[in-house]
Amino acid sequence: MRQFLKYFSASCLFISMVITSSIAIAADYKVGFIYIGPPGDHGWNYQHDVGRKAVDEAFGDKVETVFQENVPESADAERVMTQMALSGADMIFATSFGYMEPVLNVAKKFPNVKFEHATGYMTADNVSTYSARFYEGRTVAGHIAGKMTKSNTIGYVASYPIPEVVRGINSAYLAAKKANPNVEFKVIWIFTWYDPAKEADAAKTLISQGADVILQHVDSSAIMTVAEEAGVYAFGQASDMSAFGPNAHLTAIINGWAPYYVKKVKQGMDGTWKGAEQTFDGIGAGMVIIGPLSDKIPDSVKKEAMEIRDGIASGTLHSFTGPINKQDGSPWLKAGETADMGTLLGMNFYVEGIEGDIPQ
Amino acid sequence: MFKLIPRENVSPVLSLLGPLFSVGLTMIVGGILFYFLGVDPFAAIKMIFWDPLMSETFSTYSIPQIFIKGAPLILIALGLSVGFKANVWNIGAEGQYIMGAIFGASFALSFYPLESIVIFPAMILIGVIGGFLWSMIPAFLKVKFQVNEILVSLMLVYVAEQILALASLGFLRNPDGAGFPGSRNLNQYTSASNAEIIAGTGIHLGVLLSLLMVIFFYVLLFRHSLGFKIKLLGNSPKASGFSGDNPNKLIFLCLTLSGSLAGLAGIMEVAGPAGQINIDFNVGYGFTAIIVAFLGRLNPIGIFFAGIVMALTYVGGELTQFMLNLPAAAIQVFQGMLLFFLLSFDLFVHYKIKLKGNK
Repeated sequence: MRQFLKYFSASCLFISMVITSSIAIAADYKVGFIYIGPPGDHGWNYQHDVGRKAVDEAFGDKVETVFQENVPESADAERVMTQMALSGADMIFATSFGYMEPVLNVAKKFPNVKFEHATGYMTADNVSTYSARFYEGRTVAGHIAGKMTKSNTIGYVASYPIPEVVRGINSAYLAAKKANPNVEFKVIWIFTWYDPAKEADAAKTLISQGADVILQHVDSSAIMTVAEEAGVYAFGQASDMSAFGPNAHLTAIINGWAPYYVKKVKQGMDGTWKGAEQTFDGIGAGMVIIGPLSDKIPDSVKKEAMEIRDGIASGTLHSFTGPINKQDGSPWLKAGETADMGTLLGMNFYVEGIEGDIPQ
Repeated sequence: MFKLIPRENVSPVLSLLGPLFSVGLTMIVGGILFYFLGVDPFAAIKMIFWDPLMSETFSTYSIPQIFIKGAPLILIALGLSVGFKANVWNIGAEGQYIMGAIFGASFALSFYPLESIVIFPAMILIGVIGGFLWSMIPAFLKVKFQVNEILVSLMLVYVAEQILALASLGFLRNPDGAGFPGSRNLNQYTSASNAEIIAGTGIHLGVLLSLLMVIFFYVLLFRHSLGFKIKLLGNSPKASGFSGDNPNKLIFLCLTLSGSLAGLAGIMEVAGPAGQINIDFNVGYGFTAIIVAFLGRLNPIGIFFAGIVMALTYVGGELTQFMLNLPAAAIQVFQGMLLFFLLSFDLFVHYKIKLKGNK
């Protein structure tokens, strides 16, 4: 028996040595990505993965990209990033808000690894943040929604009550209201980014309450499927979702991470990458893209939508231009005044006209 | 067609071999699965079970991580195992874990920024009480109204998750958090921080407590008459009554133990590795601990090893994901197989299968 164990363990060791040597890695620069959900969600994570693949494409053999899906926003994220850093990653993209504290903790332990954190607000010497002005896209979508609704009721499926989501609701509402003064918003909060069943339930509830256009700030394509079945309109979130609702899909607010990822990896490789930077780009920089417009949208509305898009891109138009009051009627922006960065980044109030409360 | 006949003599050796058998079979079937996913099965299995322990690159970091990941699993599984022995099925440890964290964190944060050495031990106690109180709901309903504790404890998990969301967005939300959900970080509050006790490893008090609890439960179950009474209740409630024990008392005891330990795991986690109360604070330890309890044969020593093996599949599973591009779902299937094979093995150990005629 002892003899057997000796041979057994020796052969185990040999096999493992063979395996270890066979998976040696050659690329000069290693970039890791962590995703909150599966890249197959056709939404948030999918678009980050499109960005990752763009990095693969742009640098070929010089860069190796790795990713991990379904990483919870907890102590697990810290472990995953530490293991990535240990495995030799030079740059890590943490693509969800809740990774903020884990990113900062890991960044402290690995000063030579560069971290890019999406949608957060805390930076360090080797941590930069990036986010997109999705609200600009929602101004375009809100306008189309306001024009397309017959019941004057627009449903909105929201994830978590964080500033980014609140900003989107406000921006869509202001645009819809401008396009159609009789419009009313109904918001359902589902407290998850990705749960097709919950998303579908929320959409069904909104439709039964009379909504005939649904906006969403959650990741899956479930709402599009529900909208298609119910014969109402919806917008693609993060990526083009027309395949899931050819009749329902009006347009999509697409997250364009690819140019940013390629730029940052290049900076990392040639040593020009800087920490403690905060990027907040919109339609102008291509980080927010308005997808193809559906044939269901009348030409006049298409033209208006494109004008809004181009106005925002060139800076002549701002999603939040006064006069705007807060929900309680107190003034926020004076006529002609535009919202400042700080208020937008920490937005935790509805604008006047939206009913209901932000969950507290 | 088939009929299961209980075996008269259950082989204790076979019954002990079950976990080893199921780990082995999981490796084989999992390997086949990995192969069809286009991943080298040998590399994947090695990366799950070997690299976290032995690889030069990862092991210094991942060995302590296995204990950190395993600690809540072991703590919760120990508590559950007592109930499972007595046929008291607490499926809602996840909820008790959440409530432990909320109770403890709320207590500690109510003193912020006051510093005092009393806060930490008191916070742990309150956390334990939080888990205990949450488990007393199914206990009370079962004893008083004979309501099924499986349903009640499970449903209370979803209630606890709602309270967790409420806490993250409402009464515990960090006032300096720029409007984002989540409480203050307990790691940045010295009096409440469950800091590492061995520098640089992340090993915290909860890990130490999980080891001490293994010993405590071993003594309780095998060296104390209470262990016998619990087994008696599980095997024959009637006999338990005849011997003068009050089954209701034992039901309360089982749920007290499992609830308190889940609460302890919760407060250790929130004040330590997790750092803050947030909507996604719970990641399923309460459910995974059920697998750990059975994988460990409801035996404290067994649970210790089962918890470590389970933690290993998490830590190693993460490695395979980003090193070999294995999907996260494949690792979950892999973990699920562990319990599946164990339970099927048990079936064959305890029962004989007979072909029946079609009469």
